[in-house]
This record gives sequence, structure tokens and C-alpha cells, in this order.
Amino acid sequence: MFSAQQYVKATSLQQALELNQKRSSAILGGGCWMRLGKKNYATLIDLSGLGLDTIEETPEEIVLGAMVTLRQLETSPVLAAAFGPLFARMTEHIVGVQFRNCATLGGSVVSRFGFSDIITGLLALDCEVELVQKGRVSLADYVQMPYDRDVLARVILKKNGRRAWYESFRNTETDLPVLNCAVSCLNGSARVVVGARPARAVMQEFGQMPSEQRLQEMLDKTEFGSNMRAGAEYRRQLAGVLCRRAIEQVKGDAECR
Amino acid sequence: MQITVTLNGRRCTDEVAPDMTLYSYLRQKGCYSVKCGCETSSCGLCTVHFDGKPVLSCSMLAVRADGHSVTTLEGVEQEALEFGKFLADEGGEQCGFCSPGFIMNVLAMVKELPDPTDEQIKHYLAGNLCRCTGYQSHLRAIKKYLAAKQKEAVR
Ligand SMILES: Cc1cc2nc3c(=O)[nH]c(=O)nc-3n(C[C@H](O)[C@H](O)[C@H](O)COP(=O)(O)OP(=O)(O)OC[C@H]3O[C@@H](n4cnc5c(N)ncnc54)[C@H](O)[C@@H]3O)c2cc1C
Ligand code: FES
Ligand code: FES
Repeated sequence: MFSAQQYVKATSLQQALELNQKRSSAILGGGCWMRLGKKNYATLIDLSGLGLDTIEETPEEIVLGAMVTLRQLETSPVLAAAFGPLFARMTEHIVGVQFRNCATLGGSVVSRFGFSDIITGLLALDCEVELVQKGRVSLADYVQMPYDRDVLARVILKKNGRRAWYESFRNTETDLPVLNCAVSCLNGSARVVVGARPARAVMQEFGQMPSEQRLQEMLDKTEFGSNMRAGAEYRRQLAGVLCRRAIEQVKGDAECR
Repeated sequence: MQITVTLNGRRCTDEVAPDMTLYSYLRQKGCYSVKCGCETSSCGLCTVHFDGKPVLSCSMLAVRADGHSVTTLEGVEQEALEFGKFLADEGGEQCGFCSPGFIMNVLAMVKELPDPTDEQIKHYLAGNLCRCTGYQSHLRAIKKYLAAKQKEAVR
């Protein structure tokens, strides 16, 4: 467990950003990951008073606050209407319901874990993050950026009719994924995302749903690694199986054949 | 930091440290049913209801409870006793260590999903680890408990 000297419930995002410039400060998400560490923080900054726990829909976008919980993503009718079971599938195996009622979207996106189900799922969509200092950045760029002291305020999803499907594999329920992937399609073009390699997710765009051969070419170029959960070669095999399953699901949609 | 929490229906105002977990706060308030079974936010033993929803009290800070309502096993004695009977009858309480968190999550599930399938039950309770039972007795107890509740509702 971490320790902290001071707790500030931020009254504005600007204040949160200013307080977070000190290296001894931290934004408090759900605290589920921070709890595993033993850091000593001078100041914990809480965003829970800023109304960032909502999922809002505009004609073009769905705007998710940083404090939205994983359970909200899993059960949101708005997200289900726009993207089918994508959000339920990418969150439902993460520890348990109680955990998902605590862990936040903001903490998950900022952390950019290699194993992340959330990052892999979101990369399949047309997704931007809204940072207090840097403004809007595409998620694809954000995952490449170094960790810094900016504050993530929102995640924005374009409502453009993109179809997506999510697959993951775990050695046992509630464990971290051995591998995960997402496939999506918009106006005939496709995107394949492979994560938990175990390194950070990679993605590739295709002019049309990839054939068996095109998919194989992508996976041949993709690096897979070994850790206590699985070996690199096993992950490579698994990636082929999961991507094919996801492609079949997306192809079920008339517009994506 | 001063916080005001509705704990098991009673308003409490207390001074807490900025890094005190909700778990430690609840123990300090005498709610000894709440236990901490892991250091990794993953066992479910510390489950309490936060504004009616099940959460991990080990991972949440006490300051976050300011202005909210928290319920522990001590606050749902009647329902816990009722379900506990089914659990004991099915041999679902071996060492019993996992029971407080498990029972709290079962009670949360029943509120959220009135008529769950086996798959939904397993999914909802996946975050409650039990080292003794192998979960089959848990599943039987829940199904019998739900059936009994439904019978009662019909009557
Ligand atoms: C036991 C365990 C198992 C897990 N299993 C999985 C899994 O299978 N799949 C998966 O995808 N994920 C998994 N995770 C990760 C989990 O889903 C969350 O991503 C993680 O807990 C972080 O979210 P949090 O809200 O708890 O963040 P916190 O722990 O509160 O914060 C994490 C980091 O993000 C920073 N931060 C938080 N919010 C912001 C913000 N708005 N702006 C800037 N910085 C911020 C914090 O300062 C901290 O450095 C697991 C985590 C644990 C502890
Ligand atoms: S004590 Fe294990 S999850 Fe809270
Ligand atoms: S009965 Fe012993 S841990 Fe569940």
C-alpha cells in the first residue's frame, strides 16, 4: 500500500494539472493499481468532484469521463447501442465486479499497460484522449508517447458506425490476459489490433477485411514475447486463432464482408 | 481530513488520514466482518457495498466515502443470516474465511440480477476467491436461495 501526506479534491482540471506537476504528486484513479505499490506521495489529487464519471452522447461522439469505472463501460446501454458487445467483452474478465466498480477508465488508459484489454479494445475504434495540457490526441499517438505529468480528462469515441469485435485468452478466469485482439471495419476497410504480446498493442490497417494470407503477413512481422503466462511461439499461434475468430465475427456484418 | 459517511444506516463523522483505506476505516469503526485477504486487489474478501454497489474496500480510500453510504455485513444481518443458512446446508462454508466478502457480493448480485443464469452467477462472483470449496457448493447454495426467494415472492 502507498502512503500520502495530503489529499486534495480538485475543484478544476487546471488545478489538478498544476498540482500534478510535482513529481511527488499523483492523480488518484480507482487506486486499484496504485495500491500494489509502496510509493510515498506528498499529494494525492482526486478528480471525483469534477463530474468526470459520466458517459455522454452527442450526435457525432461518445464522451467518456476519466473517472468512469470499468463496470460502467461493461454495462453502458449507450456503448452497447453504438458498438455492440465490444465494451462488455473487453472488460468482463478483468478481476471481478467489485474491482470493476473501482478501477477507472482514466487509470487504465494513462497506464498503457502492455496487457491492457482496454487499450486493445479502444484502439479498434476511432478514439481520442483529451489531456488537460496537450488537448486532444489520437489514442494511437498517445500509446506511443512517454509517461508525463499531464492529466487525462476524457476519452472520446467517434460514432461513425465502425463495427468491432474483441477476443482475449486467459489461462484462468480473472488473471491477466495471455493475449488479446480486436478487429474492426469501417466502409469496407479493416483494422487489426493485437495486445498483451505481452508488450503494448500493435495495430495495422487493411484496405479490406484481411485474407488469411494478409493476416499471416501481419503476424509474421509482429513481435511476441515470453513471460510466466506463456511463451512467444504459443502467443503467435493464439494471435492467429483469436484474430481469425474476430474477423469472422466482424464479417457477419453485411457492410464488412 | 474530516469525512461524513452513512455507515450501515448511521451517520458518522470522523477524522481520517489521507492514505487510510476504507477497509482500515471500517475496521476502526468496529466492522470486524470486513477482512483483507490479499495485497493485490484480487481476492474479494474485503467487499462492501458503496452506495449499494459492491466495491473492494482494500483499494478505495476512506476519504472517497465522504458523503456516501457504506454497508458491511453488520448492516445486512438478516439477509446474511438467511443466505448463510443455505451456504452452510450445502457445505459452502468450510474454513469460512471467504464468507463475509462472498455473502456481500451475493447480496449485491441478487439486487442487480433478480433471475441470473448459472453463467451470470459465475461471472458476477468470479472475483471472490475461495480456497476450500471448489465453488460447486457455493453455486448450489445460491440457486436454492434464489429459488426459495422466488417461491416467497409468489406467495
Ligand atoms: C490485480 C489486478 C488485475 C488486473 N487485471 C487486468 C486485466 O486483466 N486486464 C486489464 O486490461 N487491466 C487489468 N488491470 C488493470 C486495471 O484494469 C486498471 O487499469 C488499473 O487498476 C488502473 O486503474 P485505476 O483506476 O485503479 O488507476 P490507479 O491505480 O488509481 O492509477 C494508475 C496510474 O494512473 C494514474 N492516473 C489515474 N487516473 C489518471 C488521470 N485521469 N490522469 C492522469 N493520470 C492518472 C495514477 O496516478 C497512477 O499512476 C488489473 C489491475 C490489477 C490491480
Ligand atoms: S483484500 Fe483482496 S481484494 Fe481486497
Ligand atoms: S471456505 Fe475457506 S476460503 Fe472459502
